[in-house]
Amino acid sequence: MNIITYSAEQQEFRKRLRDFLEREVSPYVDQWEREHLVPKSVWQKMGRGGFLCPSISTEYGGIGGDFRYAVIVAEEMSRTCCTGLAASLHSDVVVPYLDSFGTPEQKRKYLPGCVNGDIISAVAMTEPDAGSDVAGMKTTAVEQGDEIVINGSKTFISNGVNCDLLIIAARDPGIASKHHAVSLYLVEAGTPGFNKGRQLEKMGWHSQDTAELFFSDCRIPKQNRLGENGSGFMMLMQKLQQERLTCVLGAVPAAELVVEWTVERCRTAVQNGKPLIKSQAVQFALVEMLTEVKLGRTYMEKLVMDHIEGQTIVVETSMAKYWTTEMVNRVADRALELVGEYGTLEDCPIVRAKRDVRVMSIFAGTNEIMKGIAAKFMGM
Amino acid sequence: MELTRSQKEIQKAAQEFAKGEFDKEVTVELEQSRSYPAELLQKAAELGFVGLQFAEEYGGGGLGLVDACLVAEALCRKDSTMGSAVVLAAFGAECLHRFGDKKMKEQYLEQVTAGKMLAGIALGESDRGDDFTVLDTTATRSDNEWIINGKKRYVTNGGAAGFYLVLCRTEAKHAENSGVALILVEPDRPGITVADLGDKLALNSVALADITFADVRVPLTNLVGKEGQGLAQARAFLDEVKILAAARAVGIAAGAFDRALAYVKQREQFERKLAQFQITRHKIADMATKIELARLITYRAAADFDKGKADPTLSAMAKMTAARMAVEVADEAIQLFGGYGYMTEQEVERYYRDAKTIELCLGTRESQKDRIADLVIGKLK
Ligand SMILES: Cc1cc2nc3c(=O)[nH]c(=O)nc-3n(C[C@H](O)[C@H](O)[C@H](O)COP(=O)(O)OP(=O)(O)OC[C@H]3O[C@@H](n4cnc5c(N)ncnc54)[C@H](O)[C@@H]3O)c2cc1C
Ligand SMILES: Cc1cc2nc3c(=O)[nH]c(=O)nc-3n(C[C@H](O)[C@H](O)[C@H](O)COP(=O)(O)OP(=O)(O)OC[C@H]3O[C@@H](n4cnc5c(N)ncnc54)[C@H](O)[C@@H]3O)c2cc1C
Repeated sequence: MNIITYSAEQQEFRKRLRDFLEREVSPYVDQWEREHLVPKSVWQKMGRGGFLCPSISTEYGGIGGDFRYAVIVAEEMSRTCCTGLAASLHSDVVVPYLDSFGTPEQKRKYLPGCVNGDIISAVAMTEPDAGSDVAGMKTTAVEQGDEIVINGSKTFISNGVNCDLLIIAARDPGIASKHHAVSLYLVEAGTPGFNKGRQLEKMGWHSQDTAELFFSDCRIPKQNRLGENGSGFMMLMQKLQQERLTCVLGAVPAAELVVEWTVERCRTAVQNGKPLIKSQAVQFALVEMLTEVKLGRTYMEKLVMDHIEGQTIVVETSMAKYWTTEMVNRVADRALELVGEYGTLEDCPIVRAKRDVRVMSIFAGTNEIMKGIAAKFMGM
Repeated sequence: MELTRSQKEIQKAAQEFAKGEFDKEVTVELEQSRSYPAELLQKAAELGFVGLQFAEEYGGGGLGLVDACLVAEALCRKDSTMGSAVVLAAFGAECLHRFGDKKMKEQYLEQVTAGKMLAGIALGESDRGDDFTVLDTTATRSDNEWIINGKKRYVTNGGAAGFYLVLCRTEAKHAENSGVALILVEPDRPGITVADLGDKLALNSVALADITFADVRVPLTNLVGKEGQGLAQARAFLDEVKILAAARAVGIAAGAFDRALAYVKQREQFERKLAQFQITRHKIADMATKIELARLITYRAAADFDKGKADPTLSAMAKMTAARMAVEVADEAIQLFGGYGYMTEQEVERYYRDAKTIELCLGTRESQKDRIADLVIGKLK
């Protein structure tokens, strides 16, 4: 039995998206990996095709779809192995802040662009000295008349180079309480004082423009504060459930793809005259991997439905984020061994997969932080 | 096991060399441009770090495998990639040293130990795995020449080596341990085609290629060791280099560990050093324990080898254990660095990739277990 069932409309959406990705994305992924960037035009094509921000209401150009659309996009994006076009991050992590907490004016100004791909978004919480400890952030936002002046730096920001609109968390140095000092702000690219730093070289996600961002006396209008003053933390916390679930949506399909590919490889690769898949050790390893993947899939789909029902599943999403991201790493690591020496060549798709999935247990809250949250929320 | 004074001195010299000569930015450049660190090799050779276990008459150190392992560990600890590149310069020369004749050794080993030549050995063939009892590459005798035909895959230093030891079938049908020979082939012989294998998971500065031999003629005197002994020689070689690979793995793990340890003692989150969190402390404890276990089995295997009691079971165990341990330790190091661990700049992600490559070459876990099980279980009645 499928836990998530899709309407005819959703199935049609998936089909159109898959066609689109096969045509406009997959053929270029290797090139973008080399260039360490995806062109903005592909974001626009994706937006024009109706595949960005499906949860946004029709009033702003979206289709007002439920979270199943996020699942479809995440699954189909996984198949492209394109990390640069971080559609899920944009649609399901960043833009929802604006959608949930923005004023009607803010929404009118930015949401249509987010939907049609003219605006690529990013969210900046992490700083060089404040990662897991978000409250330790040092970037300041100070009100001066009608303006807010931002100073500080952020790092590891996904879409950092391409972003047109940034949601940034910064603290008011006048407020002593760490948690009440933080607010969220909307900063447009090109605002004087907002400088995009170098693109960071990393193990994987080569087509993703992870970057450092710098703010020196960056002035934005006061209307660009998102939500109530001092409620930054509350907003971040409120959105983390969906952010973690989005990580799960990245991890499980990636693991499925790795296993699918490995099984196929073991069927065709011959070792000492017999297909690898006929070896008992290989069979057992594959069965173990497939079992893990299926457990991940089941838990993922259950949590998606709970989330759609509006349940609070902070503990479960923390558990799922940690478990599925470790699972995909375990599976990719094991798969490389089954593939053997071919697993040392970039030509082998699992090599890229392994380099790419490694980050999943680090970003959006490390797995140690996930376990800590689960423990805390269960009253331990 | 206690190191001798001379071994401690060699270890210290290797550590100092690595500290003075390795530079992570240069490493990243060499990796990106896929260029071999030729100058570094020269310097390492001048200090005697290449071919420590080879006889002095061929420019070697006249020492043992333990010494070679100490150097491999020290170099890889400081830089997993450059350390590996230097150790792999002689990959195959170990075999020539043990089984080649004096003339060959004078001609080639001296250059290898001087850091002027890379070695090459071509054993594996596609779909064949590492048991080598079935070979498609043939060497047929014609007057005073061997005519070699076949395709070898995944040759380290392929295209860059000064010689290749090629495992060939010399008799149409061969029972186990007969009809197979190792033949030295010079790279400039007509009929050799090198196909580079392109970008890799790791070790891009070291060439890896498939090599095809089409009617390649070499003198009969290029036979290495005895005809009919090729298989046994290849296995003896693998049993030796597996221990060196294990030593590299120990070094890689120790290097990733050094970096992670320094980081958790300095990085603060939640107003505490990472090293104050119990989970971090336990991770550090696990990593240290794993490294020590792998180091013990590796040097035990090397010491037995030096005593003339080479044990293929122990070689396979050491390679399997140390490689797995290094993968796990480097992976944990990435995690301890958080987002920084994923960045090229912090090196540990490269340590992970280098460790993983050791796990995937010289036979995977399954291959090692097959070998260990064969030796432990023996023939069934
Ligand atoms: C490719 C990539 C993309 C990213 N994209 C974004 C983005 O778009 N926006 C954004 O804001 N951030 C982004 N990040 C940052 C990411 O969220 C942080 O890296 C992550 O939260 C960890 O923070 P840190 O790197 O500072 O590690 P640290 O917090 O320094 O953690 C280091 C290690 O210590 C552990 N640790 C920390 N605290 C504890 C504790 N209390 N108990 C036990 N262990 C602990 C951690 O689990 C980790 O293993 C991205 C990171 C990467 C690598
Ligand atoms: C980086 C690198 C450098 C190399 N350099 C050289 C070189 O210089 N010269 C050279 O001759 N060769 C070289 N090789 C080849 C190396 O020796 C081969 O990996 C080895 O010969 C074959 O090992 P394998 O049997 O594990 O096969 P692999 O191709 O590694 O194994 C394929 C798969 O089969 C599985 N498997 C193997 N046997 C069994 C079994 N009996 N039962 C179940 N599963 C099994 C393995 O676990 C793996 O999943 C290199 C390889 C690599 C990756």
